[in-house]
Amino acid sequence: MEVYIKGIGNISPQNTVDSSKFLEEIVSHETEFLTSISPNYKEFINPIQLRRMSKLIKMGISASKICLKDAGIETPGAIITGTGLGLVGDTEKFLNQVLDNNEEFLAPTAFIQSTHNTISGQVAIALKCFNYNNTYSHRGFSFESALLDGMLLIENKDAENVLVGGFDEITPEHHSIIKKTHWVKNETIKSLELLNHKTSGSVVGEGVAFFSLTGKKDESNYAQIKDIKTIYKPKNNEEIETKIDEFLAKNDLKKEDIDLVVLGLNGNVDTDDVYYHLVDNYFNTNYAYFKHLSGDYHTVGTFALWMAANAIKHQNVPEVARFRKENFTEKPIKNVLVYNHFREVDHSIFLLTQ
Amino acid sequence: MSKRIFVTGIGIISGIGNNVKETLESIKQKKSGVTDIKYLKTIHKGVLPVSEVKLSEDELIERAKLDKNEPFTRSTLIGIIAADEAVKSAGIKDIKECKTGLISGTTVGGMDKSELFYHDLLTSNNHIEYIETHDCGDSTERIADYVGAKEFVSTTSTACSSAANSMILGARMIKNGLLDRVIAGGIESLTRYHMNGFNTLMILDKEACKPFDENRRGLNLGEGAAFLVLESEEMVKKSGKKVLAEFTGYGNSCEAFHQTASTPEGKGAYAAMKEALDKSGLKASDIDYVNAHGTGTDNNDLSEGRAIEKLFGDDMPKISSTKAYTGHTTSASGGVEAVLSILAIQHNMIFPNLNFKTQMKELSFSPVTELLENVKVDHVLSNSFGFGGNNSALIFSRY
Repeated sequence: MEVYIKGIGNISPQNTVDSSKFLEEIVSHETEFLTSISPNYKEFINPIQLRRMSKLIKMGISASKICLKDAGIETPGAIITGTGLGLVGDTEKFLNQVLDNNEEFLAPTAFIQSTHNTISGQVAIALKCFNYNNTYSHRGFSFESALLDGMLLIENKDAENVLVGGFDEITPEHHSIIKKTHWVKNETIKSLELLNHKTSGSVVGEGVAFFSLTGKKDESNYAQIKDIKTIYKPKNNEEIETKIDEFLAKNDLKKEDIDLVVLGLNGNVDTDDVYYHLVDNYFNTNYAYFKHLSGDYHTVGTFALWMAANAIKHQNVPEVARFRKENFTEKPIKNVLVYNHFREVDHSIFLLTQ
Repeated sequence: MSKRIFVTGIGIISGIGNNVKETLESIKQKKSGVTDIKYLKTIHKGVLPVSEVKLSEDELIERAKLDKNEPFTRSTLIGIIAADEAVKSAGIKDIKECKTGLISGTTVGGMDKSELFYHDLLTSNNHIEYIETHDCGDSTERIADYVGAKEFVSTTSTACSSAANSMILGARMIKNGLLDRVIAGGIESLTRYHMNGFNTLMILDKEACKPFDENRRGLNLGEGAAFLVLESEEMVKKSGKKVLAEFTGYGNSCEAFHQTASTPEGKGAYAAMKEALDKSGLKASDIDYVNAHGTGTDNNDLSEGRAIEKLFGDDMPKISSTKAYTGHTTSASGGVEAVLSILAIQHNMIFPNLNFKTQMKELSFSPVTELLENVKVDHVLSNSFGFGGNNSALIFSRY
């Protein structure tokens, strides 16, 4: 598709707000879960409003403004977001009130803010944007659905430019619950050493990122996002290979044309196999990975897209993000494929090109 | 690429019936689903009336022939029943014969079980199988797995316009050749969580709701699930199957005004309806019936009413809200009302707006109050407006 990334605003557990830098100062986390680095919210939101806002709304409005400034756009033609769990903090707050007070003496604020479309609605209010507005909440397809929706709007000329974002937050209370599943590591690790811990589960992170998509080709764009595909419950690695083959063929590419593959490796021994399979048996190129920097969460595809777009823009993959470093070869980065999966159920592929 | 989108199947479950047939029967008999709370465990039992699906979870599990030991939320169960009915009504034998997707809308997700077991999840290892049924995607994936749709699976979550937005995405994906067929709609079960949330906003009527009435006092919550089967022109030509209606227009617009309120003049509602009309290529005067969002709150009925007046001017179609039948089924409402709109076209009927007595001072029109039979219903506009300013409008037409 003729869709380009014109601007990005990414608030994450790394220093990602300054778009002129690409992973220059790395933050190593050694906590139970990775939290985002807050920008100076006062730059984006007036102080009176700021006091009443929950963390994710602050992050959402700020990231959208960073993104639009980066893109040089004032009002987008559409706002679309994706989130796995929405505003977890507000949900917990209202749920605890309902349960602890036996449905009495309740305040509405946390409830109002706990619907998943709060961010897209609040961003629309902040930008006075009355256009198309949508929110998806579907596990590992939350951001991917939003991205697909935005790309279709541009492809069909329903909008000239679209603001697409993803957001998720992690709270201590929610972490204490999901620790009871096998999706979260029991041990606290150094995040940068994520792949060395050959145990079940991953390390949870969070983040908010917005992307400004446009149909207009321009030198200043980060990259073209050519296509996206979601694959639901593939039977085995062979089916994934077939789907990637079909996806590349549809875009007139062969796997040899891919200069960089960004992999969603998350250190979970139970589910990382497919990534190793693709590296060992399918592709033969350079690789990057990112969940040791961002942690894992439903909309972590935003961080992957940010990394792929920046790899093209900067024509570089920072050392810390290189996977199989010893085989990494210096070459122009033209075509980048992102492959990520959520719990081996929701698999997604993005194709970016220079 | 298919320019036209056809509805070939419908499925519904709500407080007025467990399937399409029962739903139509209740509508004809002016039988509302709004009664005292029976299934939800809440202190509001006996105080706030709601429209519950009239089956317990055990009965739902039995009806869908599911495994009792699996962690199913109530939303998932009603979703499975409605989606399965839609697939069967479309005469689909092999769901994998073409690229079939499933897009559902929900906001409360698996909260009905989360709120029941939350303290256990925090303090013990009991009921931990419900940790992963909490999010919005769980129900969608279980419904998709039940009917076998695999090519694309996603969930919209825009509060009360969720189901409408899932149908819009489904139609667009077919138009772009990404899918041949989509099962799209929405689900929502009642929870203490959102019932208390709405209650803190003071928009729940302690009596049966009265949409578009001068003395309206708020909405009644409902639960339900409804799905449409949307197919491309090519698919319909190939199979020669019966088309129930054509999905001719849709619009989505944001109010960008307030998180829980709409502008008094209904700016977002107007924009969504206008866009749907423009997309369909129809004139305002072509619309025979508007199935309004009409929740019965002060704010909605005024702003929606004004937006309708502005759009239609002197060509006012018949208007009614069916919320007094089904309650406000929130995320499912766009699906529930899409099914009702299609039934209106199929049966040449316009449904009454129950409980209406007194004309609203601010509006020039009054809703239909009796069942109208043997009337021309070729084009129906159906509105869904959500919290956060998410307004969507759909148009269904006779094929």
